[in-house]
Amino acid sequence: MGSGTSTRHHSAFQNAERTFKAAALIQRWYRRYVARLEMRRRCTWSIFQSIEYAGQQDQVKLHDFFSYLMDHFIPSSHNQREFLTHMFTEDRFAQDSEMEKCSDYESIEVPDSYTGPRLSFPLLPDHATALIEAFRLKQQLHARYVLNLLYETKKHLVQLPNINRVSTCYSEEITVCGKSRSEVAFPIFIYILNGLPSPERSYVFNGDFVDRGKDSVEILMILFAFMLVYPKEFHLNRGNHEDHMVNLRYGFTKEVMNKYKIHGKEILRTLQDVFCWLPLATLIDEKVLILHGGVSDITDLELLDKIERNKIVSTMRCKTRRKKEKQMEEKGKANRKSSAQEPIPWFLPQSRSLPSSPLRLSSYKAHKTNRSSSIPCGGCLDGRELSRQVRSSVELELERCRQQAGLLVTGQKEEASRSASEADSEAGELQKPTQEEWRQVVDILWSDPMAQEGCKANTIRGGGCYFGPDVTQQLLQKYNLRFLIRSHECKPEGYEFCHNRKVLTIFSASNYYEVGSNRGAYVKLGPALTPHIVQYQANKVTNTLTMRQRISRVEESALRALREKLFAHSSDLLSEFKKHDADKVGLITLSDWAAAVESALHLGLPWRMLRSQLVNSSADNMLEYKSWLKNLAKEQLSHENIQSSLLETLYRNRSNLETIFRIIDSDHSGFISLDEFRQTWKLLSSHMNIDITDDCICDLARSIDFNKDGHIDINEFLEAFRLVEKSCLEGDTSECPQATNAKDSGCNSPGAC
Amino acid sequence: MTKERNQALEIIVAEFHKKIKEAFEVFDHESNNTVDVREIGTIIRSLGCCPTEGELHDLIAEVEEEEPTGYIRFEKFLPVMTEILLERRYRPIPEDVLLRAFEVLDSAKRGFLTKDELIKYMTEEGEPFSQEEMEEMLSAAIDPESNSIHYKDYITMMVIDEN
Repeated sequence: MGSGTSTRHHSAFQNAERTFKAAALIQRWYRRYVARLEMRRRCTWSIFQSIEYAGQQDQVKLHDFFSYLMDHFIPSSHNQREFLTHMFTEDRFAQDSEMEKCSDYESIEVPDSYTGPRLSFPLLPDHATALIEAFRLKQQLHARYVLNLLYETKKHLVQLPNINRVSTCYSEEITVCGKSRSEVAFPIFIYILNGLPSPERSYVFNGDFVDRGKDSVEILMILFAFMLVYPKEFHLNRGNHEDHMVNLRYGFTKEVMNKYKIHGKEILRTLQDVFCWLPLATLIDEKVLILHGGVSDITDLELLDKIERNKIVSTMRCKTRRKKEKQMEEKGKANRKSSAQEPIPWFLPQSRSLPSSPLRLSSYKAHKTNRSSSIPCGGCLDGRELSRQVRSSVELELERCRQQAGLLVTGQKEEASRSASEADSEAGELQKPTQEEWRQVVDILWSDPMAQEGCKANTIRGGGCYFGPDVTQQLLQKYNLRFLIRSHECKPEGYEFCHNRKVLTIFSASNYYEVGSNRGAYVKLGPALTPHIVQYQANKVTNTLTMRQRISRVEESALRALREKLFAHSSDLLSEFKKHDADKVGLITLSDWAAAVESALHLGLPWRMLRSQLVNSSADNMLEYKSWLKNLAKEQLSHENIQSSLLETLYRNRSNLETIFRIIDSDHSGFISLDEFRQTWKLLSSHMNIDITDDCICDLARSIDFNKDGHIDINEFLEAFRLVEKSCLEGDTSECPQATNAKDSGCNSPGAC
Repeated sequence: MTKERNQALEIIVAEFHKKIKEAFEVFDHESNNTVDVREIGTIIRSLGCCPTEGELHDLIAEVEEEEPTGYIRFEKFLPVMTEILLERRYRPIPEDVLLRAFEVLDSAKRGFLTKDELIKYMTEEGEPFSQEEMEEMLSAAIDPESNSIHYKDYITMMVIDEN
């Protein structure tokens, strides 16, 4: 071919070319691999977020339902009334007796065997650090000291304004932490990284101190202790999780009850108070506003400064508070026992005042005398006539109860005789937030920023709004502020700027969804108020995992959660699948699968991307959907599939809840069909002007129907309240509950509606 | 016959459109049908394609605005991407081809590459890795005891992981 040299050159050249091409190929392949990993990571993130937010909505819906039930069902007997008051009463007390109760902690004996920290007040820095040390050693603070600490905390909080004002003149540096992680290691970790609070180093903890972790109690103790030791340098803002309703679902209530078996209830009650006294926001140098969620186009800082923030006990519900309060007040009064204690429903602010008007009733109750324990479904009744009838019959009942109780309630007679037209006037003595005040607070605690301009309702969370850069700008200008710091949303890097760097989201809980899911961050501000971000990922394990391994772990977790959700919608999925299977062959295309799943779940997830993880690839792109659903079920029923519970504190009232179940079970079959449930709900809503669509009702019913057989049996009903302990599941759960006296009086034949 | 073929084609195209839209939306953070141009590569690759950096560069030029804004609009991206999928361009690399590529680099046929060799090839040849890419690959590929990559095992592991 040529001389040796040129051959050598030629082959050298060929070699170089081959090497080049080989390297390029490997790189090309690797880059694709990385891209796919990244896509998986993003999808995983979407899964977690959409499930978390959907969960928040569910909770709101279910809570709404039971609130309405409470509002509008009138018990026909003393037993039922008692049950209802007990169900929704946590034996809360009015202001004065509340304080007395708190100081009753002194009567709690601490055994000599107790080796944990013993607190004395006023707290000293040593006490606070001793607490940290004790918790690090996994000790538990005795209930007496917990209550004592909470009592002192409340005393401190009550003096604080709604919007705390902090200045960098006093402390050179202010550190703001977002959502905490409920592991005791968290604050320890922060203090190690950043230093203990001191006059030179202020801290602001921006809400969400509890839930989703196992050490929420300890976190609170540490935060409150430091706040008492350094009252000028340690600030807490309320978050949406500083709310007993939210705590019921996300684990805090359960944690307290588990750790403090005797005094748990008292601790929770006291905490309710403490939470609603937490300040709503912190303002640094009148320039930087720190609050938990966000703002809305109606946010009015002057109004917020003035409201009585403790009136907002829970941001979860407010609409029918008025009606409920009055009703429950009446019932509470009627049921007063011989002891001095008077149960007041938990959702009422601490107050002994009577409502100014009789119960707001609806027409369907007129039939209650005929159908003892059931709510009639259907029938066109004249609203006014029935209202009148019902009102009078209720008054009779109340009168009877009063006589039974042997007590005279002053003023109640007059109240009862007032006309219905005054039903809506607000009682002067009753401390209730107005609709506007409530809305202002909800906006602050629940809103999220969005990229688009404007302000719209935050439907995903079920509360607050989405606010755009124009809303931010408007607010900053109006109050001459420089920027906002908020938390509320998990960010992969622990922080995120938006709205032209005018809004900073700071999220301090790393590994929030799962080990490796995200980093945490906190922000430091000096006198110049320039934000300086510190990031971290607090877990030794993640640092040793490769990106691939990290993503796999998180992904597995997300997919597991997603499969649970799919299972929970099995019947919906089946009907959607059938729509695509007109010939009833039992097969659908994978493309149809994706469309069907989205119609059923409404999670807005990229189903086609996720498909390979959820569906075994089948030949010729068709899926046997029935067996797919069956496999889902098999997987779920093998482990505890109930994720979160509602109204968990009711777990002690199983028998009472059986009663309410049977109230709905109008044909006494031991089952409530989805239809009965829906009908009942529809009836309620049509009379109450409740703005909930058919779809929502169906969703609600389905979310309770766990074994998806179209019926809600008592176990499912109770399971919805996490009442059935795991051991009971193997026991006598299938037994139909025995009839109570109340039920037997004058029952109609089943199906009479 | 042509009518049936057209119908079949329509169905396929419709399916592609849905897939592309899904992938696009994952990165459309502001929900305004645009994505950052730096994410286009990830999107294209997650749709099953395996372009080189050079090919990617050309693609971006095709879908960019006349005056590049740093964002790519969905309306421009969709037709281009649909075409790519229809033509089955930038097919992924089969396992055996990948193995052969490693073997080319492993001239002594030892069955492995040392860490330094891998670094040299990946950062000096072909379309060189950035430092970040190199570190990430090393963390998973290199067996710390031998300080080398046994590429056959490595490939097997990666392929399983993909599925």
